[in-house]
Amino acid sequence: MPDQLLFAIEVTLNGLMAGVLYALVALGFVLIFKASGIFNYAQGVMALFAALTLVGIMDGQVPFASLINAVFGTEIHTFGWQVPAIIAIVLTLVVMCILAWCVQRFVMRHLVNQEPIILFMATIGLAYFMEGFGDLMWGADIKKLDVGLPQGINDTIDQVTYGWFGYGFFIDNLDIVATVIAAILVIGLMIFSQYSKQGRALRAVADDHQAALSVGISLNYIWVLVWSIAGFVALVAGIMWGTKSGVQFSLSLIALKALPVLMLGGFTSIPGAIVGGLIIGVGEKLFEFLIGPMVGGATENWFAYVLALLFLVFRPQGLFGEKIIERV
Amino acid sequence: MIYREAGDFSTTYEADSQTFPIRFDRYRYYLVLAVAFGVIPFLVNDYWANAVLVPFLIYAIAAIGLNILTGYCGQVSLGTGGFMAVGAYASYKLMTAFPEVSVIIHVILAGGITAGVGVLFGLPSLRIKGFYLAVATLAAQFFLVWLFNRVPWFYNHSASGQISVPERTVIGVPVTGPNTDAWAKYLICLVFVFACAWLARNLTRGKIGRTWMAIRDMDIAAEIIGVNPLAAKLSAFAVSSFFIGIAGALFFSVYLGAVEVGEVFGIQKSFLVLFMVIIGGLGSIFGSFAGAAFLVLLPVLLKNILVGTLGWSTDLAAHFELVIVGGLIITFLIMEPHGLAQLWRLAKEKLRLWPFPH
Repeated sequence: MPDQLLFAIEVTLNGLMAGVLYALVALGFVLIFKASGIFNYAQGVMALFAALTLVGIMDGQVPFASLINAVFGTEIHTFGWQVPAIIAIVLTLVVMCILAWCVQRFVMRHLVNQEPIILFMATIGLAYFMEGFGDLMWGADIKKLDVGLPQGINDTIDQVTYGWFGYGFFIDNLDIVATVIAAILVIGLMIFSQYSKQGRALRAVADDHQAALSVGISLNYIWVLVWSIAGFVALVAGIMWGTKSGVQFSLSLIALKALPVLMLGGFTSIPGAIVGGLIIGVGEKLFEFLIGPMVGGATENWFAYVLALLFLVFRPQGLFGEKIIERV
Repeated sequence: MIYREAGDFSTTYEADSQTFPIRFDRYRYYLVLAVAFGVIPFLVNDYWANAVLVPFLIYAIAAIGLNILTGYCGQVSLGTGGFMAVGAYASYKLMTAFPEVSVIIHVILAGGITAGVGVLFGLPSLRIKGFYLAVATLAAQFFLVWLFNRVPWFYNHSASGQISVPERTVIGVPVTGPNTDAWAKYLICLVFVFACAWLARNLTRGKIGRTWMAIRDMDIAAEIIGVNPLAAKLSAFAVSSFFIGIAGALFFSVYLGAVEVGEVFGIQKSFLVLFMVIIGGLGSIFGSFAGAAFLVLLPVLLKNILVGTLGWSTDLAAHFELVIVGGLIITFLIMEPHGLAQLWRLAKEKLRLWPFPH
């Protein structure tokens, strides 16, 4: 096989892996949007916050150390202990659940029945707040996150493909793990929403708030639950991206990458998020590989949006979105 | 006691339908104009012009532009930063290509070019709406910034990739470049703000503004009563982008002088202007000014308090500022989703009746 084609296949595979990571973030959006009609811009910052908290707990950092030092003139930074990854993950989950409760109690409960755009703006405010809060709590320097996930080139695939084509594919172990975890997460979420009592309540709320209320489903409880699950998904996404490229501000920008994924897949569809993620992932990598050199590179910044834009002109509800029916 | 319409009789239709029908409002408006044009230019110094007044005026133009699109026509846009970049680069190209033409004409032409780009990116709004459209306008944001970053023609092949403004004068007084006085910067921005606000106010209360509002309130119903959605939506995009383009051109040429597109006109700028519109009040020209003033003053104030008085380090203060801004936005949305303009309206209602409760 010609080298160029092999390159293209390798790029496609890597695009698929990247797409899975996009899909992971998009999932969090879809969950909240389905259950409460809120387009949660803060999802990316939630991933950043989760990753920051995880690193902070693992390294035994004192929360708000820089703030305390500035106010009281002390010089404290760490408790001086290390927490094992698994315990830290559980603790971070607890923090994300508390956060979900706070969001519901102090923000969303007061905004019931407002227009969607107001709710959207509120989540942007939330994103700003959490970004500043996370930095205040744990410091803004770039941190290394290592929870023991395998990293680096996968030798088996390299050797096997070398044996077949005389060219070894470069595929990161982390991407493979991410794919597996994302698949498990999606299947788990589907089982949860199909078969568990809470999942059914969740779907009922998504269908019709008032009808759900009238059969005795607590909206407050469901929304806290949904934000907690979104926090959990954010944590998983945060771990993956944080391990890949360090825990830093740019992590929150993956939310922006997830938006075109959502538009492609439709805001209300979990499979849509996955398929959209894969299309965007492969599309932008291939475009950068084939067309990028001709137009000066770095096309990844906008390709996903333009693709989604063109796509929407022909199918406004996205691939798997519910048909938009409008009545006067 | 002073804010009354009693004794204020309109004898012509013109008098009845003017922007400030209450005499007190009208005199207050003239007073504000007199102070802005006649007093402040003599008092302003470099710090006030650069830190507060000039950014306030320029953001007010951008906020008016976005308010026309989002507040009046109901099309949410997250591409403001990108459109401002179009204005900036268009004015730069024009200024370097035709140095003999007045800078004022260049700024207006830059607005016109931005209007064209805005219409182009507004085309999808005919098919998609709401969040889908908001995300679609992000395509404009990222694509335009990338374009200005990557195509050397736009920055005249300069080695740094930046654009920096040449010195231009209006009636002999430099208004761009390093030799500009604070008052000249302030005054040129003020003239543009005054013209834009006047234009916007009169557009929005005329026929075209009513078609925008009809589309905003319910587009299908508007279509049925004979509003052409194509014309209404695209004209909203055009007018909005025109103002945003002027804001971008002024931001580059008068305020900053040199621009690196990714830093200055990034996605953060889009959000900032959107916040101004939301906090100020959707669908209100006064709200655009109030929102711009609020979000320009707040960081300055916080920085003075935290860094100046309490002696915190700047990055700590920057994080704290994010928390405060985010918290304030949420608080505002909860307390008064219609923004500062609504508070102003309520205050005026109360004043009219004062000292009686009803």
